[in-house]
This record gives sequence, C-alpha cells and structure tokens, in this order.
Amino acid sequence: MNWLNTVLLILGAFLAVFVECAWETPRQWLGVQVDLLPCLVVYAGLTSETVTLALVTALGALWFDSLSANPLGGSLPALILLGGVVRRYRDLIVQDDLRVQMMLGGAASASAPGITLLFLLSLGYEPLVGWFTLWQVGVMALSGALAAPAVFWTCRFLSRTFSYPQIRESSFRPDRELKRGRH
Amino acid sequence: MLKRPRLIALTILILLVLVLVSLPSRKAAQLKLAMGGFFLPLFGLTSSLRLAGGQAANAVVPRKVLLTQIEQLQRENQSLRFRGQQADELLQENDRLRQYLGIQKQTLWKLKLVRVIGRDPANWWRSVLIDAGSRDGLRPNLPVMVNEGLVGRLGVVGLGQSQVLLVGDPGCLVASLIQDGNLRDHGMLAPGDSLDPRILNLTHLSRNSALKPGQKVVTSGLGGLFPRGIVIGEVVDSRPAEYGLSTEARVKLAANLNHLEEVWVLLLP
Repeated sequence: MNWLNTVLLILGAFLAVFVECAWETPRQWLGVQVDLLPCLVVYAGLTSETVTLALVTALGALWFDSLSANPLGGSLPALILLGGVVRRYRDLIVQDDLRVQMMLGGAASASAPGITLLFLLSLGYEPLVGWFTLWQVGVMALSGALAAPAVFWTCRFLSRTFSYPQIRESSFRPDRELKRGRH
Repeated sequence: MLKRPRLIALTILILLVLVLVSLPSRKAAQLKLAMGGFFLPLFGLTSSLRLAGGQAANAVVPRKVLLTQIEQLQRENQSLRFRGQQADELLQENDRLRQYLGIQKQTLWKLKLVRVIGRDPANWWRSVLIDAGSRDGLRPNLPVMVNEGLVGRLGVVGLGQSQVLLVGDPGCLVASLIQDGNLRDHGMLAPGDSLDPRILNLTHLSRNSALKPGQKVVTSGLGGLFPRGIVIGEVVDSRPAEYGLSTEARVKLAANLNHLEEVWVLLLP
C-alpha cells in the first residue's frame, strides 16, 4: 500500500475543509459555499485502495462536521455512498477523460449535499431547505464540475512528485545474452 | 459481489455513523471540539497573516489622511463623552425610580470583542466560528451582536474557540417585538425563505397588527436568552398567515451577516 498517496489525500481533505470554512468569497458573491470534498472522494475512489478511500471519507466528513452545525457524522453517509459507487464501477470509468472528470465532479458535488440533507431530515434535524436550495445545489454541481479536473491534476502531480518513479522495464533479456567462449 | 476488505471497510464506516449519531449531545460536542482542534494552527496562521496584511496596509496610509481621521475621532469622542455623562445621569435617575417602585435594578451590559475566524462550510446552516471560548468567560447561549444589531447566540463553546448560531439559523429563534410608537406587537423571528441571509420571517404576530415597512424590530426579552431592546432590523412587508389567523412579516436585519469580522459577545450575569 502506498502510504504517501494516503497521507496526501488526507491532507487534501483537511485543507479542502479548512478552505471551505475560511474562504468566504464564493458565499459572498453567490450565496453558496463551494465543496471540494466530493471531488476528492471521487478521486480517491478511482485511484486508491479501500483503506485510503475509507480514511479520506471518514476523516474528511468528521472534519467537515466539526466546523459545521451538522451533527457529528452527518455528512459521512453521503461520502460513503459516493466513494462506494465510484470504487465499485471504477474499472468502467474512463478517468483520464476531461469530460468524464467534469461529469463525475458535478454529479458528486450535486448528490452529496442532497443525500446529507435527506439524512439530516430523517434524523429529525431542521436544516435550511427551500427553493434557494435548488440554486445552491446547481452552483455546487457547476463548481464541482469545474473543480474536478483541477483536483485530479493536482493529486496526480503531487503523487508523481513525491513517489518513487516507476522503474521502466529493461530491454535486456538474459536469454539473448551472448555467451563468449574461448574462441 | 463485494470483496472482503471492501466489506470490512464498509461495515466499519456504517458502524462509525451509527455510533456517532447515537452519541449523547454533550459527548458529541466534545468530540466535535476535539476534531475542530486540528484546525487551530491554521486559523491562528490565517489571523496572523490578516493582521500582518492590515498592518502593512496601515503603513502606507498618508499622514494627512491619518491626521484628518484623528481630528474626526477626537470630535466624535468628545460628543460621545457628553452623551455618556447624560446617559449616566439618566441611569442613576432610572435606578432611583426603579428603587421607589420596587422594580429590579437594570444591569449594564458587559461586552467582549471577539474575532470571527471561520464560517460554517455547510450551506444549510448559518453559523460562524469565533476565536474565544470558555477560558474567556464565554458560555452557551450568550447573545452576540455588532454595532448595527443582533447577530445570534453562542452554540457550542470550546476552550479557545466557539460557534455562533446566526439569526436565521433554525437553532436560533428570537422572541421579537415591533417597536413603533404605541405599537408593541410580539412575534418570533424565524428563518426566511430567501437566498439573502438578511431577510427573515417574523411569525406569530397578531392578526390585526398595523404593520408598515420601516418599523423597527427589537428583541422582546421573552424567552430568557436575549435581553430586551437589542436592535434586530426593520419590517420590509407583511402578509396574512395560517389562513388569516395571524400575520407574518419579512424583516431586513440591521447587521450584515455576510461581512462579519469582529463581533461583541454580551456577557450576561
């Protein structure tokens, strides 16, 4: 298991949550905060092992809830579902295609808040839901679609930079080696 | 079918959700504070950077502008001193009259200035984080305000960091009063259905309320959380509600909740 990749993804989730809390510009301009966590979970689901995906999902959701008025664990089911579905069908997803990345990011960013809201409502909480929620989900989907390629590129770049380079297969074949005799 | 490691991970995560959701609220709040503690160094760093940025910006302000501002502030200070003296006199008179009538003495508000360090990352709650906690004398439910008016109340209070539930959050309902001449109509300030966080609904007003746009809305003091008389905002418009049994008004908040940098916490006895 590549622990460096795991650490980088967890660090990414941590920074994503912090930026969402401290960076107020999207909320001031659009009335909506952009959420990068679903894109990161999609990336982890596509490229990482189960343990990494589980860690990123659990820690990301817990950090998100710790800075929010959500009950602790409130955003976890949505991310579990998202990561699980992507992990299940990752062999069928063309992950290098830009359009696919955008579609995945958009769908994940739109569905995560929806599932979380349903979960909170089913627990008896009363989050702010109304017609303006449609606008919020729309903006989140659009921002997720735009952010997904950037998230994918950054994660791959960091993973390449900090990992050992893959050893290329040598062209040397021992069965074709010339054995020199005495003559 | 699911492979074994995936099944184990899924089971662990589902168990985690079940355990967290069923935790008692006090334990959950403590756990939340512990998880939020990971962000303290980053919040500290951001605050320091903002401070350094502000100082750097101050360093390039021309001397002439500063002198003009000092002069203006000195004049304002003098005028406020006179008003303060007058207010002291009135307060003493008020205390004497209250004593004669046997009404409990009014206590002066003690305020603590705190800095807003972050905002709720979820779009379905309205809350902010401040850089003060129980070590600064804060405790849950204390009112929070800015110079313009009410902002909200304290929610979860940590050692050096607290959550403020803003007015308009479902967890922060405010007993309110419309104050206009002889009109004294009580209502409940509840979340609005507008994208603008400054527009809220004032519900449970009496059916025959003579509401007009621009009427002032203040806290009524009922409910025990907010003292009477804190400015909330003004009436925008009104409509009959609950099949004409009551009236509902839209209220524009006096405080701009989108641009909160520093807020006052009211330290009630």
